[in-house]
Amino acid sequence: MSARDDAADVVLVQLAGLVADGGLKLVDLTHTLSPDFPTIVMPPEFGQSAPFRMERISCYDGDGPAWYWNNISFGEHTGTHFDAPIHWYTGKDLPLNTVDTLPTRDMIAPANVIDCSRQSAADADFLLGVEDILAWEREHGLIAPRSWVLLRTDWSKKTGRDYANLLDDGAHTPGPDADVIRWLVTERDIIGFGTETIGTDAGQAGHFSPPYPAHHFLHGAGRYGLQCLANLDQLPPKGAVVIAAPLKIRHGSGSPLRVLALIAA
Amino acid sequence: MTRPIAPSKRKDPLARTPRPLLPPSARSRTAHGLTLAAAEGRFALQRCEECHTFLYPPRDACPHCLSHDLPFTDAPVGGTLVAGTTIRVTNDTYFRERMPWRQGIVAADCGPSIIASLHGGCVEGSSVKLSLQLDKAGQPVAFATPLEETSNMRDDPQLRELTADPKHRRILITDGRNPVAPALAKALLRAEATHVFVGVAEAWKPFAGEADLRAIEGVEIVPLDLTDEQSVADLAADIGAKVDILVNTADHTRPVHIFDKGAARRLTETLDATLAGAMRLAQAFGPVMLARGADGTNSAVAWVNLLSVYALAAQPAFGTMSVSHAACLSLSHWLRTELRPGGVRLMNVFTGPLDTEWYQTVPPPKVAPGQLAEAVVDGLRRGLEEIYVGDAARDICARLAANPKALEREGGL
Amino acid sequence: MTPAKRTSYEGVVLAVPVTVPYQRFSIESAQWWLGRALRALAQSAGISHRQFDGFALASFTTAPDTAIGLTQHFGLSPRWLDHVPMGGVSGIISLRRAARAVQAGDASIVACVAGDTNHVDTFRRTLANFSRFAQDAVYPHGAGGANASFALIARNYMNRFGARREDFGKLCVTQRANALRNPNALMKKPLTLDQYMAARPVADPIHLFDCVMPCAGAEAFLVMREETAKSLGLSFARVLSTIERHHAFAEDDVQYRGGWAYDIGELYAMAGIQAGDVDLVQTYDDYPVISMMQFEDLGFCGKGEGPDFVRGHSFEIDGSFPHNTSGGQLSVGQAGAAGGHLGIVECMRQVMGIAGPTQVGRARIGLASGFGMINYDRGLSSGAVILAGESR
Repeated sequence: MSARDDAADVVLVQLAGLVADGGLKLVDLTHTLSPDFPTIVMPPEFGQSAPFRMERISCYDGDGPAWYWNNISFGEHTGTHFDAPIHWYTGKDLPLNTVDTLPTRDMIAPANVIDCSRQSAADADFLLGVEDILAWEREHGLIAPRSWVLLRTDWSKKTGRDYANLLDDGAHTPGPDADVIRWLVTERDIIGFGTETIGTDAGQAGHFSPPYPAHHFLHGAGRYGLQCLANLDQLPPKGAVVIAAPLKIRHGSGSPLRVLALIAA
Repeated sequence: MTRPIAPSKRKDPLARTPRPLLPPSARSRTAHGLTLAAAEGRFALQRCEECHTFLYPPRDACPHCLSHDLPFTDAPVGGTLVAGTTIRVTNDTYFRERMPWRQGIVAADCGPSIIASLHGGCVEGSSVKLSLQLDKAGQPVAFATPLEETSNMRDDPQLRELTADPKHRRILITDGRNPVAPALAKALLRAEATHVFVGVAEAWKPFAGEADLRAIEGVEIVPLDLTDEQSVADLAADIGAKVDILVNTADHTRPVHIFDKGAARRLTETLDATLAGAMRLAQAFGPVMLARGADGTNSAVAWVNLLSVYALAAQPAFGTMSVSHAACLSLSHWLRTELRPGGVRLMNVFTGPLDTEWYQTVPPPKVAPGQLAEAVVDGLRRGLEEIYVGDAARDICARLAANPKALEREGGL
Repeated sequence: MTPAKRTSYEGVVLAVPVTVPYQRFSIESAQWWLGRALRALAQSAGISHRQFDGFALASFTTAPDTAIGLTQHFGLSPRWLDHVPMGGVSGIISLRRAARAVQAGDASIVACVAGDTNHVDTFRRTLANFSRFAQDAVYPHGAGGANASFALIARNYMNRFGARREDFGKLCVTQRANALRNPNALMKKPLTLDQYMAARPVADPIHLFDCVMPCAGAEAFLVMREETAKSLGLSFARVLSTIERHHAFAEDDVQYRGGWAYDIGELYAMAGIQAGDVDLVQTYDDYPVISMMQFEDLGFCGKGEGPDFVRGHSFEIDGSFPHNTSGGQLSVGQAGAAGGHLGIVECMRQVMGIAGPTQVGRARIGLASGFGMINYDRGLSSGAVILAGESR
């Protein structure tokens, strides 16, 4: 056993101890999967993502006297969920671009939380730009390679109609502008981008050039998306570590998942 | 003049809900020729093909010429009430609760003497109008009404027993996103329904008719997602005992070609929204409606399924919809049988293409939502089981009867 | 096609009138009641029941048995058997068939037996399953049973001929008075016209005392040749003539006459008498309106004159027109199919001079009638018999 292995063992033991005694806190960044949680809406002539559904198999009854269980069904992009590169056409030919081939080391990474809750409260169509990133870096330091950028908007505190915020010209929710994601990928080599809204893109991003730039650039570069996150307000701007391990679905484009953040207490 | 019925008072929580009973339901097989006519609101009697005599009660041989060719034929509705009685004593449990009951002998203009239940306004020696009605057991009975329309005529207690009048009843329209929902709600409220619940799935998703619906006094939007078992169960837990008439407006019309990629998934989605949705509704709302079949003025009385006429003959341009509505029709027949012990009737409303967005490419004649809504109200007031709304629906129905192969070869159009 | 002249009933007689006293409800079966009637016939005739070589059964409640099954049940070995499930005309029909059988030598002694039990729910079940037309087109309209059907007939009759409830009441009140002299009658209390008029309505214009009371009981008699009766030492009544008719006057919108009107000429011609020669009448009285109709149709007055006929006569045992001297079904009770035999048995007793407390003073010739089977809107069947005493 090498000295490096020994050091890793010590870290793991310390990690377990810190989690157990509260020195490290695990923040749940996940919404509860439920049938009425809004999902992405496409024009009705397109295929639709199925919402979460649960049907009882048995509940200590004639269908199973001593046990309770359910059948569940949902689209891959339901609730708090993960987008793999294959989700967008720009990432369709990349290696390891599905949730089942996702490298396990990418399932744990540090997070940078950009707080735009004030701007989003003032403007549902608030767009995050490069300038906002640079301002954040001036305060908190450079965004490290292979780390997550999470856009805090406090949108997760809204429910139902306010959360989806659909008007007759589409959704109005905050998100990245047309350039910032390309910049984060090329200039900062981020591992992925996460939001509290339905989609990594802004509600009106269909009108950007290219349309849906977050999807376009993240997945085109083999990076990931996290959306419908919750509790970002409990994370420090820097220092949290995100654990995001999607279901291992063969050739899957994404999946609902439990997203956890480790932070110092 | 009929005394108007008063709206139900709030229910005494200490009072037992009477269990629904059914009138005598035995009928000969031949008598179901009357059932067929009554289900569609027609007055039809057997008419001998050879000697052209109208016959009643239903027979298997003509008493005039012994022909066995005795098709049920639409008959003149006129007649004269020769003698009437008011029955005050019976051994039958159903009628015992509904005494007194007026019955009379009507000399029909077309020949036979017809024993009929009488509207309160019928007078001996006067002309009456005959109809065939379905009773609580779903079986046909002859009914006589006065020739002249009088006020509150539909409030006659015997007639009300033989219909599903929305007056003073509470309605659930299951899918408020269906473009016909506002028109239906308005028509039912005009027909003096006391309250209209309108189910809306995914309340976070706005829809075109929403503002219109919300503006209608007497409408209450309730969360109801037919694709979600729990949502259906939750609403039934809240309002199940307040639904006297359920109008299932679930629809999922999407043009899909059978060879399209994903067509099977589209079919599954459609079936989930319509067929499985209807099944979930039946499971959640059926038992309580069944139990409330004799619960006073606002007893549970009817279940209405809006179906496309393409349930009867597939329309390839709307294949998944045709399949799902055909399946829903089968479910209707199943459910009708299961609702019968409660005296709750089930009405299928077969409609041609609606004048709504999904039938944009279909040329007229199309059915306007208001036209459909009026037909639903009329069907309930007459206690029908099968109604056809619009020229296209009647056309399909007639052609199906004439030659189903011709209809098939002509592509269902 | 001229009908053949009917053979006379010369030499055919009825003997041994039997009534098994009625009960309002019985826990026994129809078979029990019929068995008691058979036994009474045998005992009164002084022979074994095995000597009955003919058996005519009338009953609604022997199901699943028919007359054949009952031969084994009762230990009969008849060479002539009939099952006459024809309600109020089954007595007349049994008599007619049995008379011809003994006349032709197909049987020597025919036991005509009618009886039904009355369990608590028998009446309702019988109503609900009475006929296909009733099931399809009458019963679902209020389930009023015969009361409702006769209400329509009575209503029409009143509208058309001016009969009043008081007229019907007179018949009911008189029959009650007669019944008070019949120890077998179920009705034991006097009835006044005021009580009749004040009774609760059942199906307008039918009120409580217009209705018979369903009960359990049996009636029976023997049919044989005169010489057989004499050899057994039995007194008897002679059959002068009979009629039977089904579904007459189909063209009438509502029934205001029965099949008797069709055959009345033949009835009296065959008997060789006029209506005025009849000393007493036992009408089939399931409702008084039907008795009134029979006064007309049996020739005692013209059509539509029934109400006046009733107003002008007295119907007691010693009245101007002795009628339903036992009290009739209205006051004795209606023991199912035995109701059609009740009048025949009472008529036998009268002309045989053995009616005891109900005996009419001068009772040489009696008429008994039957009526029945409201299949749909009217009674379909009518029948009548004229009996005479032995000495005629």
